[in-house]
Amino acid sequence: MRLRTYYPVIAGMALIVLLHVVLRVADATYYMTQITMSAYYALVVIGLCLLMGYAGQISLGHAGFFAIGGYTSAVMTTYNLSPWSDSSWVGGLDSLGLLVRWEDLYGTEILSFSPWVAFGTAILLTGIIALIIGMPVIRLKGHYLAMATLGFGLIVYRVALGTPILGRADGISNVPPFRFIDGLQVNGRAPFRVQNYYIAWTAVIVAMVLSLNLVRSRVGRALRSIHENEEAAHSLGVNTYRYKLGTFILSALFAAMGGVLLTHYNGSIGPSEVTVMKSVRYVAIVAVGGMANLWGALIMGILLNFLSLRGVFGTFDDAVFGGILIAMMLFAPQGLLRVPELRAFSALLSRRSHG
Amino acid sequence: MNFAQVVQYAFSGITVGSIYAIVAVGFNIIYNTTGIINFAQGEFLIIGAMTAISVSRIAPLPVAILVAVVVTTALGGLIEFVFIRPVKKASVLRLIIITIGLSILIREAMLHIWDEQVRSLPYFTGTAVSSLTILGAHISPQVLWVLGASAVIVAALTLFFRYTLMGRAMRACADDSMAARLCGVNDRWMVTLSFMLSAGIGALAGCVISPVTQTQYDMGAPLAIKGFTVAIVGGLGNSMGAVAAGLFLGLLEALVVSQFAAAYKDVVAIIVLLLILVFRPSGLFTRGDVSALRTA
Repeated sequence: MRLRTYYPVIAGMALIVLLHVVLRVADATYYMTQITMSAYYALVVIGLCLLMGYAGQISLGHAGFFAIGGYTSAVMTTYNLSPWSDSSWVGGLDSLGLLVRWEDLYGTEILSFSPWVAFGTAILLTGIIALIIGMPVIRLKGHYLAMATLGFGLIVYRVALGTPILGRADGISNVPPFRFIDGLQVNGRAPFRVQNYYIAWTAVIVAMVLSLNLVRSRVGRALRSIHENEEAAHSLGVNTYRYKLGTFILSALFAAMGGVLLTHYNGSIGPSEVTVMKSVRYVAIVAVGGMANLWGALIMGILLNFLSLRGVFGTFDDAVFGGILIAMMLFAPQGLLRVPELRAFSALLSRRSHG
Repeated sequence: MNFAQVVQYAFSGITVGSIYAIVAVGFNIIYNTTGIINFAQGEFLIIGAMTAISVSRIAPLPVAILVAVVVTTALGGLIEFVFIRPVKKASVLRLIIITIGLSILIREAMLHIWDEQVRSLPYFTGTAVSSLTILGAHISPQVLWVLGASAVIVAALTLFFRYTLMGRAMRACADDSMAARLCGVNDRWMVTLSFMLSAGIGALAGCVISPVTQTQYDMGAPLAIKGFTVAIVGGLGNSMGAVAAGLFLGLLEALVVSQFAAAYKDVVAIIVLLLILVFRPSGLFTRGDVSALRTA
């Protein structure tokens, strides 16, 4: 493990603090809200970058995993167990410290699962679903894989839209903040803006360091060999199926993590997070970032989501991402950072990310 | 459920199924000549219907439909020429992503041209409330138009691919484009032609179903998913298989709607798709080499 790999990470941390200072001086700290949200979306993009760029497998259903994480956490932390508070199982859960009491906006006392339990369950559930879906689906190739993952995303969308406990078209609102320890919590309200900016970036940095290590390791080399030529990799003894499945699950977990944290940050989640367009948007961002380029995916993930959340694209929001997809595939399939004019800049990043 | 209700549901299933079959045939035409799945196939139907609706305000219905088909056909050719042709040595992943991007762009363009309003063409014969009674079930005359148009499209395509020089040339390209080129077939032009043909058929289908299903800018994608399911179940590239699979899926959906909440009918269709992809990716009606298709 060479320290050099982490120079960009350290530089990134410095940039994050610098950005905070600049926003502070410019008296524009309200931008931090969208930056925080973009960072959570970037978690999905980083995971998808591992899957698409390194393992070479497309997924048009990653918004589904994001939503499974978000919805699980939202349901568990908002579903009021008070009516059953006398029953033995609720009492048992309570005595184990798995439940919390809190007041919602209207002053009603709610007894629900603690966000930690919800977080753990969401991650576990996503992992299991990714395993069950991934086992058959990851054997497919090309259009078949694209359509199968698209189908998975649509099923999640339909289920979210048709199930009463998931709030149907309204989604789930009034999701409580996620308290880590006293004073440190995922909370979208203005007084918590600065700490959430750093919480979100911490999550992103952890995900980046994990991913950078992964692609530089034996696993990363195996994945790249699969991407280059699956038959050749297989004949050299790489268990291609297991590596692809593992990456699929890992990227699903990243997406779920983003879903859980953003849901607590926004205080709500709705079916608009699960549309096909959301999944396509993640694919577009990975494509602009240059497929097998984690730094590119991260930068584009933050930048494009930030612009989109600020409403810069107006009514052309979806069209912009569609246009980006086509333009990238026609003119720069290696990503924006590999366009000759930008190569000097990208060389700095891609060399590091490939080790 | 009495007999008349069964007939009623069966008719609705057959109608929906024949729509899916036409979409699937559109997928097959392009898949056969290029080996790619055109994710923008559903958008062709909506463009066709929307164009016909706009033109029908100033022209009689048959003219409006003709204009819609011609415009969409031209658009299909243009799309191939501008977006597909320049991509040389393209991987399947790249082409898929391009057609996905195209479907988004077309949809967004339609949103800006025709806004979010739900529109529809007038009924070809009769009105929204006129109906025929067949075996105790009430059937809109438009349903017969849908069934008739589907049958004519599939039959005409079969004849075209089997007996005309151009149709044979297209099949030759699908089989082995290098060999076809050596025989003097312009394979580039055949790809353009397949996009035009599939767009034109899509536009015609969009016009015929518009009175029954209504038309909105974002209805293309769900239709494309169903059409793809049908194309896969019937075996990619197999038009007769697509018809059978379309009727199968339509009837299955009618059964689901008659027994469960309508919201779940899409879920059932997608589960069918996933099951077929996993267990019989070559389709229900073909005995192809499974592994060969998986690597296609």
